[in-house]
Amino acid sequence: MKKDIILGGVGGQGILTIAATIGTAALMEGLQLKQAEVHGMSQRGGDVQSNLRLSSKPIASDLIPEGKADLIISVEPMESLRYMNMLNKESGWIISSMNPVKNISNYPDLEEVLAEIWKLPKNVTIDAENVAKEQGSVKAANIVILGAASPFLGLKVESLEAAIEQIFSKKGEEMVKLNLKAFRAGREYAEKRT
Amino acid sequence: MQQLLLLGDEAIAQGAIDAGISGVYAYPGTPSTEITEYIQSSKEASNRNIRSLWSANEKTAMESAIGMSYAGKKALVCMKHVGLNVAADAFVNAGITGANGGLVVLSADDPSMHSSQNEQDSRFYGKFSLIPCMEPSNQQEAYDMTRYAFEISEKFGTPVLIRVTTRLAHSRAGVIRKEILDQNEMHLPSDLKQFVLLPAIARKQYNKLLGKQDQFEADSAQSGYNKLIDGPDKSRGIIACGIAYNYLMENYEDGIIPHPVFKVGQYPIDRNMLSKLYEAVDEILVLEDGYPIIEELLKGMLDKGKTVRGRLDGSIPRAGELNPNIVGKALKLETSEGFNTPEILAGRPPRLCDGCSHTDSFLALNEAMEAYSKGRVFSDIGCYTLSALAPLESINSCVDMGASITMAIGAADAGLVPSVAAIGDSTFTHSGITGLLDAVNCNAPITVLIMDNSTTGMTGGQTSSAFEKVDAIVRGVGVEEEHIKVITPLKRNHEENLKIYKEELAYEGVSVIIARRECIQTLARRMKQKAIQKREAKKA
Repeated sequence: MKKDIILGGVGGQGILTIAATIGTAALMEGLQLKQAEVHGMSQRGGDVQSNLRLSSKPIASDLIPEGKADLIISVEPMESLRYMNMLNKESGWIISSMNPVKNISNYPDLEEVLAEIWKLPKNVTIDAENVAKEQGSVKAANIVILGAASPFLGLKVESLEAAIEQIFSKKGEEMVKLNLKAFRAGREYAEKRT
Repeated sequence: MQQLLLLGDEAIAQGAIDAGISGVYAYPGTPSTEITEYIQSSKEASNRNIRSLWSANEKTAMESAIGMSYAGKKALVCMKHVGLNVAADAFVNAGITGANGGLVVLSADDPSMHSSQNEQDSRFYGKFSLIPCMEPSNQQEAYDMTRYAFEISEKFGTPVLIRVTTRLAHSRAGVIRKEILDQNEMHLPSDLKQFVLLPAIARKQYNKLLGKQDQFEADSAQSGYNKLIDGPDKSRGIIACGIAYNYLMENYEDGIIPHPVFKVGQYPIDRNMLSKLYEAVDEILVLEDGYPIIEELLKGMLDKGKTVRGRLDGSIPRAGELNPNIVGKALKLETSEGFNTPEILAGRPPRLCDGCSHTDSFLALNEAMEAYSKGRVFSDIGCYTLSALAPLESINSCVDMGASITMAIGAADAGLVPSVAAIGDSTFTHSGITGLLDAVNCNAPITVLIMDNSTTGMTGGQTSSAFEKVDAIVRGVGVEEEHIKVITPLKRNHEENLKIYKEELAYEGVSVIIARRECIQTLARRMKQKAIQKREAKKA
């Protein structure tokens, strides 16, 4: 088993929570992992990414080679485009939110951004904020995205759900329930679409 | 033993705790900050009374660590690469004094300048100071080498440098811990003049250090951190330093490399291994995630030996960090490509947070500066450096910590009156106080804006040495009372603040405006903490 994942978003959107959840689930399944994160200057509202690599064998590089990512998971649509050079042309999936973060004045037309994603053979786009709202809170939008990406991760649903329980347990039972619901809603959406 | 999922930085921190340190000394700086933060929040560290408060700057941190080493205990000092410039006086001379208790200096380099002004390579400092330097390739080595660095520091009586780069510092992987060692009992050096670098003693100490060089090199051979791995295809040999080894491995299925490889994790490198590699192969490729140090030494000035490839001949770009694709191309392997990046993609540079106090400070400053020609605002290193970018475009310099005040003095001396210095509270106590003293002593016609957000913001909100001390320091340095103004940078105070800026800019002497409002990130965190405490108190 080997999965190379690029997580993309804007500083403060919680991509490290997605990374931590996937990483925890991978450890439960006895996999090895490396996870390169962005700290420092870019966290101030700039673009942020994380390289997450899972494998049943030892992993050499902390960075994924260009054109080798199995998955781009992005919590912001334009940010998913930033890493298209990393995606495996034959087998790579893009899973992206449709909810833009327009903290720059030259943000391109959203329709055009989505059209670029839809050009790719393997993509799932999801109105994560709306789905999260339906499940109880817009705060769980990042876990909706994780749910939408979950069929492509090569990890068991049980491990991912156990990881969510573990990670959100510190924040109380309500948060665990909300995020499990958000996860399932995202997963169901992706399964219907593909 | 227990396996932990740790950032490279955290592996170093755990390694230091387990090596039996009694203290860590540091000033925050990306990508080194998480080392000290890990020790600060470690229960084990607090049970063992390991001191871990932030220092005012890297020099004070380095000197305190030398003091702890003098008293016989083990100390770690952490900083980013440019921080080592600040600490350099103490650092280089610590090579001459030598260590008593284990003394390990960690410098985190930032090739590609993700969060820095340059991409200098700290390995030069190791060579400059003539001390051993470790360079881990992965998180496990980061842990193991930290422990090992303390071991050889005490064995050879020398400080030891550990050099990491951003990718290792900020990447997580599994790390297996070893047993935790005891801290040292306090014991002074057997020669109480060892740390007295008077010329007569310094000469003796320097010769002692020179005499240790062969031992340092021999240790690199036997520690296992210099390793020659044979391969059948001798058309090329590869030298891979630190994390470059991972990128090399990534390019070969199952990590089997057809060429001989010299894996380097400790300096000075073992020249026997190097010589064996050199003799065996037709040409050599050098992979370094930083400056081409080994490459340049190997090539020599005249470049008359075998072909040496790397950054100097263009096989690898001269600037920037390595990655698997760059290394693959240097190996002349076929590398993969993804899709083209769509043209509509826009850049998303970092920016000041919505509601940031600095924005209000600069909006008023911008308006006050409209009366003068452009290019008069010298600034410094912190979140506020982002004000150089649109929409604010307020500042004209960012060179090194504290340079805003002193550059303003020089520019004013050259005739640029008024000159303005814009500096944060933590940067002010790091390296701005002495500059302000210079300004007072020469009565420089400058206006100093100290943006006091009561934290070290850019690195994530660490406690600022300046906390609740700025006014007293400014007064103590000798700035006239009537030219010390404290304002609250808020939209609703704009007109009032603007008036103060204008008045002080017109004054031809030293004036200091302290713009004080808490960082909204630390404020939000504090409020959240308060709410949790309240909720828990209610439950109880």
